[in-house]
Amino acid sequence: MRCGIIGVGLLGPGLPGWAASRAVLAGEAPWELGEVPLLPPAALPPTERRRTSAAVRLALAVAAEAASASGLPPDGMETVFASSNGDGAVVGSILEALHTPGGAISPTQFHNSVHNAAAGYWGIATGSHRASVSLGGHDDSFATGLVQAAAAVVARRVPVLFCCSDAPLTPPLDGRRPTGAIFGAALVLVPGDAGTVLSVEMADRAEPASAGALGPLMAANPAARALPLLQALAAGRVARIGLPLLDGGAVVLGVEPGAA
Amino acid sequence: MTPPLAPLAMPAFTATSAMGTGLAATREALHARRGGLAPCDLPGMPEGIWVGRVPGLEEVALPESLARYDCRNHRLAELALRQDGFAEAVAEAAARFGAHRVAVVMGTSTSGIAETEAAYARRDGDGALPPEFDFTHTHDLYALPRYLRARLGLRGPAVAVSTACTSGARTFLEAQSMIAAGLCDAAVVGGVDTLCRMTLHGFNSLELLSRGACRPCAADRDGISIGEAAGLALLVRAEDAPEGTVALLGAGASADGHHMSSPHPEGLGAIAAMRAALEAAGEAPGEHGVDYINLHGTGTRANDAMEGNAVRALFGDRVPCSSTKGWTGHTLGASGALEAVIAALCVADGLVPGCLGVETPDPGFGVDVAVANRAAPVRRVLSNSFGFGGSNLALVIGRT
Repeated sequence: MRCGIIGVGLLGPGLPGWAASRAVLAGEAPWELGEVPLLPPAALPPTERRRTSAAVRLALAVAAEAASASGLPPDGMETVFASSNGDGAVVGSILEALHTPGGAISPTQFHNSVHNAAAGYWGIATGSHRASVSLGGHDDSFATGLVQAAAAVVARRVPVLFCCSDAPLTPPLDGRRPTGAIFGAALVLVPGDAGTVLSVEMADRAEPASAGALGPLMAANPAARALPLLQALAAGRVARIGLPLLDGGAVVLGVEPGAA
Repeated sequence: MTPPLAPLAMPAFTATSAMGTGLAATREALHARRGGLAPCDLPGMPEGIWVGRVPGLEEVALPESLARYDCRNHRLAELALRQDGFAEAVAEAAARFGAHRVAVVMGTSTSGIAETEAAYARRDGDGALPPEFDFTHTHDLYALPRYLRARLGLRGPAVAVSTACTSGARTFLEAQSMIAAGLCDAAVVGGVDTLCRMTLHGFNSLELLSRGACRPCAADRDGISIGEAAGLALLVRAEDAPEGTVALLGAGASADGHHMSSPHPEGLGAIAAMRAALEAAGEAPGEHGVDYINLHGTGTRANDAMEGNAVRALFGDRVPCSSTKGWTGHTLGASGALEAVIAALCVADGLVPGCLGVETPDPGFGVDVAVANRAAPVRRVLSNSFGFGGSNLALVIGRT
């Protein structure tokens, strides 16, 4: 499958946005840990804005950066949101509440606990009526999410905003599913060869791609499996990126920088 | 615009819900108008509600090699795939196309979270979860497609869809894109969701649970009954199945962009999804070959009123419609897949199932709500699913 990348969004420790992180990703500046700024999404009405958690703010921030960079109207793109943990903090808080006497849980938390909460808030923020899908995938979330996004672009000839993000779970679940940092990345994918050409293929096996100095971050968050691709995009270089999957097989990405 | 995706044949499908384990029992319950809802007898659930519980799940054993996946949700998946020769049909597809060319695309809203709920009750003095609790193979959304992929001996892509109550239906659209994009030649699609405390207490907190068996479309409906179900289908290109095999003719999706848990009152998102599905099924505007609409029809005041408005806007009162949730309850992430299977049965049997337990349909809908079973030629069924987050999905199931 081939498509074009025409917009990128990024947030992570020491990576405060795609434009601000290109030098670090290209290896031209050192990676220094820093706070991840997670602002309430300005596009949401105040009631909804207050209800957004870190996981939703993260997803909407990277999605908005990528959409804005693409130059396409944000309500004109289908969306694919991939996340291993979803809103783990909300789910954790509901699990706690279920084990208190009475077991009453908050209705707002309940509707925020669905895996497509970020997608729902994105729809409200942009006024988009376009199709949207939310995917899980554990450590394969980035790879399988990107495959589904590329399949939508290739099969239905539509622009797709792909967003992959994860925030840590809360105790005690984080003991079983450690996520060491917040990380989110987003790509706007379009049919044809616009922007940087991305190929996405399934393979029997592949050498796992390395994120170099950012390796610890790549290991700490499933969404950070995006780093080798982001590094190739930042450096503007041709790359072949192997993403082995949990149960065998692999996704292999090819990057060909555009003529521009 | 883009040419629609090619229809996909459904050479094998099965359903297990409170109304029956497998197609024969499901069909029997539909024709005999015997629902599966009953007062909730599971511990730790809200008082005074009814649920659609699948009997015998507690006794289902997973294969020993996959024991780490053991949880209520995967027991239901296991029970379902043993029915109607489904596992055998998938094995045939794997032999024909290659195991790496058969994908598994599964929808679920809560996966095996009941396992986590139970583990929370067994936390130690420091609050840590018990050592035998396996998050990755039970609670995690990816566990469901991984289990089915391993159980069915497949090596194609595994995809976990979780778009609340449209999850199961959405897997049909994902598979259509995957086959069109050349990623696979066949896909096991569907949804599995099981009763858990989070869902029941969650809907209770929204004051949306009925105090009896739910009665979608009734003028005096009073809410949802939650159920559990697995709906599974094998999808292949139409030319790879015998002529006349029931098929997914089209799928359409949209977003409300309105509110997280309340539908758009006029049903604009629902209308957009239905329209997209009809276009995808090759129907020109105004020319509807749809003989029956299986509504999302949860039984809440707001959903059913919205859906009535949406159906009336597109079809007037020309097409009979009903919800089958009076038989099964709202099976959440499985409902779209379960109802796609029910749609296939309606096509096969020439059946319009009338809503269960409804004397007077809501006159405000202005649509033809069936409240008794009707025998009629059913060539095409439109099946609706709507969910939290403003997610809408419509499928057209029928003969090409």
